[in-house]
Amino acid sequence: MIEVKLSSLKKTKPHEYALRFLLGGLVTAVAGLIAEHYGPVIGGLFLAFPAIFPAAATMIESHEREKKEQAGLPPGKRGRMAAGVDAGGAALGTIGLATFALILWRGLPSYPPAIVLVVACIGWGIVGMGLWWLYRRV
Amino acid sequence: MSSLLIRFIIGGTVVSLFAVLGDVLRPKCFAGLFGAAPSIALATVGLTIAKYGRVYAATEARSMVLGSIAFLAYAWLACRMLLHRDARSPVVTTALLPVWFGVAFGLCWVCLK
Repeated sequence: MIEVKLSSLKKTKPHEYALRFLLGGLVTAVAGLIAEHYGPVIGGLFLAFPAIFPAAATMIESHEREKKEQAGLPPGKRGRMAAGVDAGGAALGTIGLATFALILWRGLPSYPPAIVLVVACIGWGIVGMGLWWLYRRV
Repeated sequence: MSSLLIRFIIGGTVVSLFAVLGDVLRPKCFAGLFGAAPSIALATVGLTIAKYGRVYAATEARSMVLGSIAFLAYAWLACRMLLHRDARSPVVTTALLPVWFGVAFGLCWVCLK
């Protein structure tokens, strides 16, 4: 069952939001610079760079550890496991990401960009969520 | 310079929005999907088309397919190591980044040379 837990937003500290913004912005700008200097073939690789993945996994682990410490329990390996499960979800998501890129690659030269972008986003969602659904069933 | 700044601001915003989605969604495995959202591409594809045209953006997207396969290898290894080895997240996720570079550039060299 998919849930939306807005209370999780309070656990993220202001400097963590700032770090994600900074990393996301930096990688996007650097990807643009690489494309300008080395061309679209190399630059395009960085559109699928795991930009904030290390920071996100670290945050998940530290939040779980804090939760344990607040409850007076030893941190144990729960934080690491939570980060591992998140990484598993990201691995499924990368197949959706490849679908997104494939639709852009094949669609952009022939169809209006706005429509291609919408179809690519839908493709990403369907493939990513479909694989997650299958994974839960198997 | 201004186009770099625009990329930085749009990129930071889009990446942060997907990260917030990942924060609020449960279960964690489902939220992980948003860790591999096309945030950088969404932030830049409009700017790229405006500046260089659709064919250039399509060429970037073709390479992005290979980058996604590299991301798959990286995330799968990170998942295995975090679940089965006694190593902390910052160490695992940073130490595995060369896997992304190796797979991405290796595939690029094999498929697109």
